[in-house]
Amino acid sequence: MTDPVIAALRQSRPRWIETIPWIVGVGGYFVFPDQLPFASQILITILFALSLDLVLGFAGIITLGQAAFYGTGAYAAGIYAIHVSQEPLSGLLVAAASAALVGAATGLIILRTHGLAQLMLTLAFATLLAEAANKASFITGGNDGLQGIAIDPIGGRFAFDMFGRTGYVYCLIVLFFGWLLLRVLLASPFGQSLVGIRENVTRMQAIGAPVGGRLLIAYTIGAALAGVAGGLLTQTTQFVGQSVMSFERSGEIVIILVFGGIGRIYGAFIGAAVYMIAQDQLAKSEPEFWNFWIGLILVLTVLFARGGILGLIDRLRGR
Amino acid sequence: MSAALETIGISKQFGALPVANDIHFRLEPGARHALIGPNGAGKTTLVNLLTGRLAPSAGRIMLNGGDITRLSQAARARRGLARTFQINNLFPALSVLENVRLAVAEHRGLFTPRRALIEEAFAILTRLGLEDVAATVVRELPYGKQRLVEIAIALAAEPSVLLLDEPAAGVPGGESGIIFDVIAQLPAGMAVLMIEHDMDLVFRFAQRITVMVRGSILVEGTPAEIAADPRVREVYLGTRAHG
Amino acid sequence: METVLDALVSILFLGLGFAMVLYIVSVGLSLTMGLMGFVNLAHGAFAMAGGYIAVTLMNAYQVPFGLALAAAFVVVGLVSAVLERTLYARLYGVGELEQVLFTIGLIFMAEAILRKAFGPLPLPMHPPAILSGQLNLGFRTVPAYRAFLIVVSFVLILALWLGIDRTNFGARLRAAVDNRRMAEAIGIDTSLLFTMTFALGSGLAALGGGLGADILAIYPGYAVEYLVYFLMVVAVGGLGSIRGPFVAALVLGIGDTACKYLVPEFGAFFVYIVMIGLLIWRPAGLFGRA
Repeated sequence: MTDPVIAALRQSRPRWIETIPWIVGVGGYFVFPDQLPFASQILITILFALSLDLVLGFAGIITLGQAAFYGTGAYAAGIYAIHVSQEPLSGLLVAAASAALVGAATGLIILRTHGLAQLMLTLAFATLLAEAANKASFITGGNDGLQGIAIDPIGGRFAFDMFGRTGYVYCLIVLFFGWLLLRVLLASPFGQSLVGIRENVTRMQAIGAPVGGRLLIAYTIGAALAGVAGGLLTQTTQFVGQSVMSFERSGEIVIILVFGGIGRIYGAFIGAAVYMIAQDQLAKSEPEFWNFWIGLILVLTVLFARGGILGLIDRLRGR
Repeated sequence: MSAALETIGISKQFGALPVANDIHFRLEPGARHALIGPNGAGKTTLVNLLTGRLAPSAGRIMLNGGDITRLSQAARARRGLARTFQINNLFPALSVLENVRLAVAEHRGLFTPRRALIEEAFAILTRLGLEDVAATVVRELPYGKQRLVEIAIALAAEPSVLLLDEPAAGVPGGESGIIFDVIAQLPAGMAVLMIEHDMDLVFRFAQRITVMVRGSILVEGTPAEIAADPRVREVYLGTRAHG
Repeated sequence: METVLDALVSILFLGLGFAMVLYIVSVGLSLTMGLMGFVNLAHGAFAMAGGYIAVTLMNAYQVPFGLALAAAFVVVGLVSAVLERTLYARLYGVGELEQVLFTIGLIFMAEAILRKAFGPLPLPMHPPAILSGQLNLGFRTVPAYRAFLIVVSFVLILALWLGIDRTNFGARLRAAVDNRRMAEAIGIDTSLLFTMTFALGSGLAALGGGLGADILAIYPGYAVEYLVYFLMVVAVGGLGSIRGPFVAALVLGIGDTACKYLVPEFGAFFVYIVMIGLLIWRPAGLFGRA
């Protein structure tokens, strides 16, 4: 085999540096035993950001409504736990399936459009869903949210404890599988074709790629992952709040991914961790002005650091 | 024997402006067919109609005997109709190998093992003499090489019909010879239609030439017939004899 | 008990007022997006700023109504021109996502600053005495300020349309929206045109914010909360179109009011469903170019 062929094959092999997030994740369990609930939130946000990276970073679909799927998953898991079964793993499946369904249905419509119309449609559907959730208070708890959701021990053995230990390990493992799915998907010819679609849609059409169908698949998988993240949130906090489907949540996850770096997979990890830790620290001192700093950093990021934190790191390393 | 590609009464209007008038065009299997005509004659419009980029106002298009008039670009490509673009339409941020690999993946199927896709892409590059630049990012290539990548991507689909839209356009004189060599080595069974302004290329390549003027076909025939036709000279070649 | 006619008149009045304000604020956004191709989600912030300026001048400094509005128009127009020259101009031609993010960042900053300066509550708007109270139309009374708002809006819109149709500036604007390269090729200074259009659009938004402070309450969350409405009007009306957003504003404004009035439970859904339907039918907007 010749050099370029070997090089191309090697490109998608995992590199040692990719084990770092997991080392940190596992280490965190031992180093921060009192912060595990908060750390679980970070893990959930990472998964949510990963779902957006697939849709926005790789498929190139600009969406301000990703929280619609996150919220659908959250509510689905909550309603499932209250009315059907408190078993957590099937709850996650239900969350993923419901979110995927909503994703496919809305995707069919929004993917026929581009530009502003597409952006507006993502916004419109998300707002519609949020309103519907609000109105259907008999099942969603409306303004008060779904409370007192009890979850069975995982696999019958690991009960969710007060310190969030089970929750943390649970989230870490689910995140691992979510990440693995994405990693394999994006290195596959399917994932490469998404990049092709993002780079040059007309060329992809000319070589026979069914662009609409591909994007729909990517959008649906992204929705399912977001749904899983939402389900995790419900199961670890035993609560579903109205804000889970809000525009603010959609906007926030876009911001988080941009900060970390879009289309890099690890941008989701870095962005979520940095954002949530910063928010936790700063919200204590001046909660109201948090939005100002976010806005300022966003403006500066677009003007000077378009690739987010990972982009900055690239530049420092001279790439 | 059915034509590889055929249009039956194809017309196209933009509002009140007709750009293609009732065109009856046949491309035979294994053909080496050139389409020439002055600027604005409608050549690229015809190619866009053939590939599905434009929908006709009237008429039908047949590919290997099957009606493709209503099919999308991607659907036609999957049936064996490939094209290159007049202006490079590549994936500029990706390497040459990755560009071709995308096309191979669409043709062989997304579940094909990665190694097979890469090896086949590399084989195509080697046939076109691009193996040295396989790892180079496309936007860093000289224009002439980019034109070759254009062709490589189209070939990846192993098409039965290949439409080349001005393959030598923008290529410095010295390099167009390489392009011609590549075209000369295309499989005999592949029907090739080429739009070109470079008359050297046209007369060396074509077994049949179609001349278009103002949205209609003026005349069609062998290179010798076309060169001798006074109407063609008047409209396009000027009064200078071409031999 | 209200008769059907009563209800209709109420809906029409409220809806028309709402629609007028929506249009005056949004037309600038349509121009900006159509001309510069720039997704300016922060457009609502100009309306918000205009509202704050006008209402504060009236409330705290007893500035007359008309003067306060004029001041809002001028100040926001000038500031936006500066913003356009220094910041926005760098981002033309950058991707849509960057523009979306940049302008969202701007709204966040504006909201936080205004919240700090004015507090989270809406500013109370007191129209001048002659415009408050009820106007007797004979068969019923209507809020006087609303009537005034509708009339003034019509005049404003007419002036805008005449201006775009009859003046040199308008001609250059229409040319550049239609085909920028061509416009540049025939010598139109598109850079200057951009700045002027941006300033005009933002000034109008400020005017709309001030005039409509009664309907769209002036508070720090204004730009975010009403963003969807402004975007809807532009998306449905068609980017770069002047008439399109007018029709869209009427449909969405009156429709929204009607639905919330007649079916309070589900009225809020109306605008979204209509917008989704309209965008699927005409993705480029009612008067946009595909």
